[in-house]
Amino acid sequence: MMVRVLTLLLALSIWGLPVSAQDGGPLRIEITEGVIEPLPFAVPDFVGDGGAAAELGRQISDVIAADLTGTGLFREISPDAFISQITSFASPVQYADWKAINAQALISGAVSVDASGQLIVQFRIYDVFSGQELGQGLQLVGTQDGWRRIAHKVADQVYSRITGETPYFDSRVVFVAESGPKDVRQKRLAIMDYDGANVKYLTDSASIVLAPRFSPSGDRVLYTSYETGFPRIYVLDVANVGRQALENQQGTMSFAPRFAPNGQTVVYSLSTGGNTDLYTMDLASGANSRLTSAPSIETAPSYSPDGSQIVFESDRSGSPQLYIMPAGGGEARRISGGNGRYGTPVWSPRGDLIAFTKQSKGRFHIGVMRLDGSEERLLTASFLDEGPTWAPNGRVIMFTRETQGEQGRSSLYSVDITGRNLRQLSTQTGASDPAWSPLQK
Amino acid sequence: MKLMTKMIILGAGFALAACTNPGRFDDTNDVNLNGAGSGVVAGSANDPTSPAYFQQTIGDRVLFDVDQSTLTAFGQSTLDGQATWLTSNPEYTALIEGHADEQGTRQYNLALGARRANAVQEYLVSRGVPTSRLKVVSYGKERPIEICSAEACYAKNRRAVTVISVVPIS
Repeated sequence: MMVRVLTLLLALSIWGLPVSAQDGGPLRIEITEGVIEPLPFAVPDFVGDGGAAAELGRQISDVIAADLTGTGLFREISPDAFISQITSFASPVQYADWKAINAQALISGAVSVDASGQLIVQFRIYDVFSGQELGQGLQLVGTQDGWRRIAHKVADQVYSRITGETPYFDSRVVFVAESGPKDVRQKRLAIMDYDGANVKYLTDSASIVLAPRFSPSGDRVLYTSYETGFPRIYVLDVANVGRQALENQQGTMSFAPRFAPNGQTVVYSLSTGGNTDLYTMDLASGANSRLTSAPSIETAPSYSPDGSQIVFESDRSGSPQLYIMPAGGGEARRISGGNGRYGTPVWSPRGDLIAFTKQSKGRFHIGVMRLDGSEERLLTASFLDEGPTWAPNGRVIMFTRETQGEQGRSSLYSVDITGRNLRQLSTQTGASDPAWSPLQK
Repeated sequence: MKLMTKMIILGAGFALAACTNPGRFDDTNDVNLNGAGSGVVAGSANDPTSPAYFQQTIGDRVLFDVDQSTLTAFGQSTLDGQATWLTSNPEYTALIEGHADEQGTRQYNLALGARRANAVQEYLVSRGVPTSRLKVVSYGKERPIEICSAEACYAKNRRAVTVISVVPIS
């Protein structure tokens, strides 16, 4: 709704030619390599014609800088160090001035508000040491209220052009906002931008709500609520906040829902007679299908990106471990092999890794492993980490961390799949159970 | 039914629950201190037909070992008392709440709480309480009664609580 137009300003893209790059190559970060030195960039305030536009220009630059530095892959050069000031978007770039302060990437832009009140943002990205533009200049048009989304889209362009990866800044997170002490904790469903801005509440705190999950297109959210006094699954329309309970049998409890990639099927846990198994429901017909029939606990299911398989948690071996089975049910193979208890597996959007929670020796970890359980890598450790969710590009994981003791409080953290760049999100209330949306259109 | 039900849990009961004294050994003192004297006050904890009696004297909860849903011998004797009370007070129904401590993921603990609540339900049914008067719910780790992060608290949070009410179970 906000960014309607992504038009081309200039088509002068000849990037990739290592003209005179200091390091002998084009501007590029290989994320898959080992420890990297963050790439220094400069993002002068976007030039605005008029007071309101100038103010937006400053704010947009700030958000771009925060997005890039937040990845741990980029380092912002302070505007105090600038030799050149960019006062006109059209003027030629003084590469020598940016080289002198070691700005390897320069992002310059202009902001204006047209007669109908639309916000227009133009930007260009420069490879300073090659002395040329990196990709094409672009123009983004949206509402003034939507300026943060436009800033995220600019940062997404910078990130993807320099890393070669798909980006993730223009995305949202649905989560559970928490307040009050542990024994009477109030929980509300909330949604925010990936960086913690623009928080909106989707439910009140009258009932416990748990573990929201986005639909593949980000338009709906599945979650569990105690509205009826019993855990039950609801599907909520993000745009109008209308919600609907999924059908369930009397005397059962249902929880841990997740959409299939088709957006039509929901896989979930149903408890009856003390036994928890996995089921699917077709949202259109309400038809249920039972996937597992074991006296053990089967829960926390997550589909592979192609929808053909499901990874889940089961204690059929005596302790909670991770298993993969065909999406229609059938024989499951155990993938977790290490010592410890494994839960909340989530299939990466790239399809290559499973993120999970591991409990071992009194500590909790967020980790990743290959589909066959090999190359297990623990990314975090604390008193209580749980519930990973993937960034849309499969490079970053967000999760819940709860601190120990009577004053224990939950908050959201993110970490790279390399284990680097652990960061706490700033939220006004306690926060848990994050679910990352797909990249917005 | 839209009954704003009298959840017949007396104030005294709540206070007791809040400090999680199971009440089993202390109720006599409590009753005397409460000044009930020699008479039995209807609805009070020394009225054997009262939910307060059920909660405080019989004991409304059983505790579980780490990651277990097997009833202990002590738990079974508590449930024998619960079953007897429910049989002689047929106008009441019970909601059995299963809970877990905070060690464990949210989803697993919901399933574990369901196992615990079900273990209590099955035991009460085996002692003659009609299934139709019992319902179960799991809160997983969402509603601890003790909030420290130590075994002393965890032990009390790994519980199944039988909550008595006069709400007909639909």
